Amino acid sequence: MSVLEGKELRIVGFLCNWCSYGGADTAGVGRFTQPTDLRIVRVPCSGRINPLFVMKALIGGADGVLVSGCHPRDCHYAEGNYYARRRLEVLKGLLPVLGIDPRRFEYTWVSASEGQRWQHVVSSFTAQIHALGPAARFTEAPEPARLGA
Amino acid sequence: MKIGVFICHCGSNIAGTVDCAAVAERASTYPDVVYATDIMYACAEPGQDAIIAAIKKHGLTGVVVASCTPRMHEPTFRKAVERAGVNRYMFEMANIREHVSWIGKDIEANTNKAAELVRMAAAKLRLDRELKPKSFPVTKRLLVIGGGVAGIQAALDAADAGLEVVMVEKQPTIGGKMAKLDKTFPTVDCSSCILGPRMVDVAQHPNITLYAYAELEEVSGYVGNFDVKIRKKATYVDWDKCTGCGLCTEKCPSKKSYDRFNEGVGPTTAIIIPFPQAIPKKASIEREYCRQFNKGKCGVCAKVCPTGAVNYEMQDETVEVKVGGIVAATGYDLVDWKVYSEYGGGRYPDVVTSLQYERMLSASGPTGGHVKRPSDGTEPVNVVFVQCVGSRDPSIGRPYCSGFCCMYTAKQAILTKDHIPGSQSYVFYMDIRSPGKGYDEFTRRVQEEYGARYVRGRVSMIYPKGGKLMVRGADTLMGTQVEVEADLVVLAVGAEASANSSALAEKLRISYDGYGFFMEGHPKLKPVETNTAGVFLAGSCQGLKDIPSSVAQGSAAAAKALGLLSRDMLDSDPQIASVSVNRCVGCRKCIEVCPFKAIQEVDMRGQPKAEVIETVCQGCGLCNATCPQGAIQLSHFTDNQILAEVEALCRF
Repeated sequence: MSVLEGKELRIVGFLCNWCSYGGADTAGVGRFTQPTDLRIVRVPCSGRINPLFVMKALIGGADGVLVSGCHPRDCHYAEGNYYARRRLEVLKGLLPVLGIDPRRFEYTWVSASEGQRWQHVVSSFTAQIHALGPAARFTEAPEPARLGA
Repeated sequence: MKIGVFICHCGSNIAGTVDCAAVAERASTYPDVVYATDIMYACAEPGQDAIIAAIKKHGLTGVVVASCTPRMHEPTFRKAVERAGVNRYMFEMANIREHVSWIGKDIEANTNKAAELVRMAAAKLRLDRELKPKSFPVTKRLLVIGGGVAGIQAALDAADAGLEVVMVEKQPTIGGKMAKLDKTFPTVDCSSCILGPRMVDVAQHPNITLYAYAELEEVSGYVGNFDVKIRKKATYVDWDKCTGCGLCTEKCPSKKSYDRFNEGVGPTTAIIIPFPQAIPKKASIEREYCRQFNKGKCGVCAKVCPTGAVNYEMQDETVEVKVGGIVAATGYDLVDWKVYSEYGGGRYPDVVTSLQYERMLSASGPTGGHVKRPSDGTEPVNVVFVQCVGSRDPSIGRPYCSGFCCMYTAKQAILTKDHIPGSQSYVFYMDIRSPGKGYDEFTRRVQEEYGARYVRGRVSMIYPKGGKLMVRGADTLMGTQVEVEADLVVLAVGAEASANSSALAEKLRISYDGYGFFMEGHPKLKPVETNTAGVFLAGSCQGLKDIPSSVAQGSAAAAKALGLLSRDMLDSDPQIASVSVNRCVGCRKCIEVCPFKAIQEVDMRGQPKAEVIETVCQGCGLCNATCPQGAIQLSHFTDNQILAEVEALCRF
């Protein structure tokens, strides 16, 4: 599905149900206006997020991926976001190897009460992605040179 | 699968900035969608009936509702589809209100976004499976954390209804802040006369076990079956032997301890019983002031104790209890007012806090109820009250109103006149906030009957002059500067979340806001529940409130806990992990990451395999993201389902 031409870029968010999804709800209830690019996938915990999901999104044509969970120490499942933090940090380090600008992927912590913070996170991440422009499509990439050819 | 899609207008909440009919039209083209429509209020009775009718008419096997957040109405719609004979888990929501219509103004972009969110929900729904809950037994015991008036009310209500209650209080006595108050507004009745008997009830109730001078160490488990570790701090007095006679407190030679109960108004001894009505009325030693601990010799209290209760070797002790529900009622603390250098920052002895003043007014306080200037012990004539010290002040990060200071200041002004008939009170205020039964009348009475002079304006500085304090401020109604020569200044210090409230929230796995107050499940409809099942809130830990509201919330929390624990069995959420034994290689990684010990190793024809204990699993999905084989999958949030949502968006 293509984005609204000239208006939006494709940004996918993975949010934990208990903190950040609630924070996004709080932002909505407070009518904290945000850019419309982001599409949110609700997951129970940031620790549920397999880095594969982020990669699938980026390879599939997402221009940016945002992950948000509970603040460290405040996980609904006690320690899920610690696992998430490690995995996502490693993933961020690996992105350049794959030719993806690591600024296209961010992770952050927003609690259910932080509607205003969520507005700030979405606005600044969307601005960051717009500054980077549309991501190069993997289908457009040249065929890799064959080893030993 | 035959999917039906319902796009809710929510009046104009959604329809105002989303073209709902257009979203429904686009939704009708999505895979497996056989019916799509827009609907005025999906959650209202006609809305639910329309969904049920459509399920029956079109033979729908799955439903997508695009409306508000699933955190709000997912249970509502699940029940509705179940009434139509569809499994309640064959249902998905798209949040097009909080995440679309309320945050974006562009109708074209909003409509497109809503349609895409519906597409994601439908894509996920196609991979949903019917789920059935399992039931598990409940521990019929309630833990109440905090022995202030809110916790006391919750404990007594629950215990009276037949529940076993365990109360944990960090101070050596229960009673909380209310026990420190002399009188209460707007009735000016004696605080300890109304609270005291309730404290006694707690001590004597056969269903209540009280752990005073104890703290919550650790909580594990889940709703219905929490395992709680309580650390009983060493009091150095064997409370089984202590009779509360008070002989030790009379003889203790260390007489310069900080008196925590009396807010430091006067010094006290190192071995103390906080106040005469303390529950439990037992002595405890404040180690940092005790000569035996600091100098290695003294032992006076041990010598005079008629029952031999003093034990300097006592260690902290840990108790483990199993409870089904938890009420947090940890109250508040005062803001550190010493950041205000314009009020002296603590340098002037005759500038006191409202809570210190409360102890001076109290007949059981260190001054025996005689108001005296701390500097020279004389009786003050001019008493100045400064409101909003640490409330409504963004500059110190406390922009909120503490809510009860206007009222207690009015009460203290009345009491000042009662104690010292020749006195004159001045109250510097920002606004008088007195919504409540009989409250506004009360603030009028203090001015009209008791002659307190209310000055609308802030105090800019307090400085000493010839043994008095000059209070300089603005009178914004008169548009002038005013200066009052005060004998005593009382600061209406605002309140904040109690120290370490965030650490407790983390133990309980509940959320807290930027100030440290615990988050209720819903600001309107779930005021005493949290988002963690089985954990409830009472009193000021959820947000500052006065005594009547705290008591009401204590009762409400007890009612909610009783509703939960009156059942013998609870239904578990079936959105949990399950193992595909064919793919499991028995690597144990899932067992290691599970925070709930919900996965065990089983032997299957000589092969180690993981197995999920269904009623223990809480559905976080950590195991799912960890399993290298994809063998363990979280129902309703499987890898394929999340990827289906991603693919609905990113398909190039």
